Amino acid sequence: MLNRLRQYGIFVVFIIICLILSFISPQFLTVSNWTIIITQASINALLAFGVTFVIITGGIDLSLGSMVAVTGVTAAMLAHPDTFPVALPIFAGLLAGLLMGVFNGFIITKSKIAPFIVTLGTMTIGRGLALILSKGRPISNLSDSFNFIGGGEVLGIPFPIIVLIIIFTICSITLKKTLLGRYIYAVGGNEQAARASGINVNQVKMAVYSISGLLAGLAGVLLTSRITTGQPNAGAGFELDAIAAAVIGGTSTSGGTGTMTGTLVGVLLIGVINNGLDLLNVTSYYQQVVMGIIIIGAVVLDSWNQKKD
Amino acid sequence: MPSNPQNILQVQNLSKSFLGVKALDNIQFDLRKGEVHALMGENGAGKSTFMKILMGLLKPDSGEIIFEGEILKSNSVHENLRKGISMIHQEILVVPELTVAQNIFLGRETNYRSWLNDKAINQKAQEILDLIGVKINAQTKIKNLSIAEKQMVEISKAISNNAKVIIMDEPTSALTDNEVTMLLKIIKDLKAKGVAIIYISHKMDEIYEITDRITVLRDGQYIATKNTNELDKNALIALMVGREINDLFPVNNSKKGERIFSVENLSTKGKFENINFEIKAGEVLGIAGLMGAGRTEIARAIFGLDKYDSGEIILKGNKVEIKSPEDAIRNGIGYVSEDRKALGFIPALSIKDNISLSSLANFSKAWFVNSSHEHEAATQLSKDLKIKSTSINQKVMTLSGGNQQKVVIGKVLLTSPTLVILDEPTRGIDIGAKFEIYKLINQLTDKGIAVIMISSELPEILGMSDRIMVLSKGKQTALLSKHEATQEKIMQYAVN
Repeated sequence: MLNRLRQYGIFVVFIIICLILSFISPQFLTVSNWTIIITQASINALLAFGVTFVIITGGIDLSLGSMVAVTGVTAAMLAHPDTFPVALPIFAGLLAGLLMGVFNGFIITKSKIAPFIVTLGTMTIGRGLALILSKGRPISNLSDSFNFIGGGEVLGIPFPIIVLIIIFTICSITLKKTLLGRYIYAVGGNEQAARASGINVNQVKMAVYSISGLLAGLAGVLLTSRITTGQPNAGAGFELDAIAAAVIGGTSTSGGTGTMTGTLVGVLLIGVINNGLDLLNVTSYYQQVVMGIIIIGAVVLDSWNQKKD
Repeated sequence: MPSNPQNILQVQNLSKSFLGVKALDNIQFDLRKGEVHALMGENGAGKSTFMKILMGLLKPDSGEIIFEGEILKSNSVHENLRKGISMIHQEILVVPELTVAQNIFLGRETNYRSWLNDKAINQKAQEILDLIGVKINAQTKIKNLSIAEKQMVEISKAISNNAKVIIMDEPTSALTDNEVTMLLKIIKDLKAKGVAIIYISHKMDEIYEITDRITVLRDGQYIATKNTNELDKNALIALMVGREINDLFPVNNSKKGERIFSVENLSTKGKFENINFEIKAGEVLGIAGLMGAGRTEIARAIFGLDKYDSGEIILKGNKVEIKSPEDAIRNGIGYVSEDRKALGFIPALSIKDNISLSSLANFSKAWFVNSSHEHEAATQLSKDLKIKSTSINQKVMTLSGGNQQKVVIGKVLLTSPTLVILDEPTRGIDIGAKFEIYKLINQLTDKGIAVIMISSELPEILGMSDRIMVLSKGKQTALLSKHEATQEKIMQYAVN
């Protein structure tokens, strides 16, 4: 029983925290509160799903936040009322993210420079590009149809939640059921052996950074639509929340292990804790301290579990 | 049982279980001062667990270890080291960026004042190196040393620790013949100085050359302790495997077919030059040579792991261009590396996932893996290869060396190869599993697969090959038929 519990360590922690919060605050366990939690978590979720692929291959993507800014600004520039159909800003945002991801993958596979350094570079480049494109100013006055993506509802469900569910399903299936998924684990588990097994390691790496970029593009579009503004300063530090969610969810930064479900739980845990501390009127300064403790705690718990194996 | 005063180490009724499975069951063992004591047993016999307990890495469930007349209670490596129990690891644990001296005194620098004093440790380290007669400068960085030299550094470290018991786990598995001779001489010197050595090796010649007594473990049980000179090889093998193996190499009667693979003037600067050979379907071509002769380099070039400078690779009459392992596998070439850990398998993936890794596209439709087909194929292969596991979903890192090797071979077989290159296929594998790998090689040739087998063990080369190519310093010095080849001839050409 105890072993069983350990296996689902972070899941159990998540449920316990939810139980505690529901005792302390009557508002916590309401539909409207959970709608808020998940809607707010949706952007972090998209980034975290993308970076989970990357981390399983043994890489890292620090440019997520900057990609959110670039793609958000790109979409906003094309989303003024009565200019283009709404599909165009969405498509442009996604394309911008994809291109930046491809750029990351290209440099990493061709130069053999550590992903940490490469994406640290693109993080800075991206921020600069967002400021250049927007001339340093927020871009507002976006069309209603564009603003629907982040603010609209379908059958009473906020659109970001629907996006979250669809993307989670696709990512989860990709990781579990496809060739690419298996190759991602293999590359992260032992890159040399993966190559000697006939896997095109560079292709796999290109794929994960591209996916990460594409999902950052989607997150950028969603965020811009939700705040109805293209903000060149948006997304700063988002990469850290996304990486934290993946790590809390059991993805090892040394590569080779991790699941999308784990990452989803990581995302929700971060969301629930922020929400709970809000409900308890804890100031945001303290929230950051708590979050840090939880990240370290999760990793300690995880390494403790692995030793028990 | 009163402990014998002659014994520096005495182990009584030692037991250890993992998750309810007995890894060690009532082990008895004693070690005399100045003796070399071989610990023998197949992989999975419990040798590693036993050594880990002696090191202080694991705590026994029951039983006693008496060291120098006192019960050893500690369960920390550091404390056991301090008391005088050292281990030379199979995988060498030195820090590459530090110097020899810094490695020897790693973790004990403060014995020489509280500030780091490189001068003092350099001098002290050099004394020890000179003492055992190795020509290594204490100020060289470890990364510039050969594997053998690193091992000497480990031994120096043990000596600097005033080790009274040194455990050596497969110390010669990566050494050349000259280096082995040197190591064995050092062991004899240590012995003369009264150091007791527990020696673990699968190499019979060494066991008979240097050990005084042999203790055999099998399936976690203590089997016997005998004087080495009273136990002949066959009797020893029988104790280890629990049955007699009269013939080490199974008979091969595979029919030879047409020439299916050849290499013409293959060269890579600084590694090998002008290599020419051909191989027929169903044939085993052995490649012999000393370490560094270019054997593995040729295999890597053929398999597309490294680029070659010039020459041609011809497969079934067509010139093929192989730029990556992907190309090689597509052309029906399989490679089982000498370095199983680095190139063989993905430790955190299951047996099934590893076996199917090279042929996963064949089990997939439009990106999606057909898991029931994959499961079926992996189950079948796992059965055919007799991989010992709880299920095919077991992670490969938890398997013994022999079973890991079978997983790697299974992965290659699933690609339906026409040529399989086996690079040191039985390195670090026990005798029972070796025999199974030999039988497997025969099964491959029966199916008309051509096999290239690289090996440092001459009996294996002679026992399994139809023809033998000998390399020396990157050059092909002989191509012998099974009938004309002898150990002496091969050695002559190898040192040429």
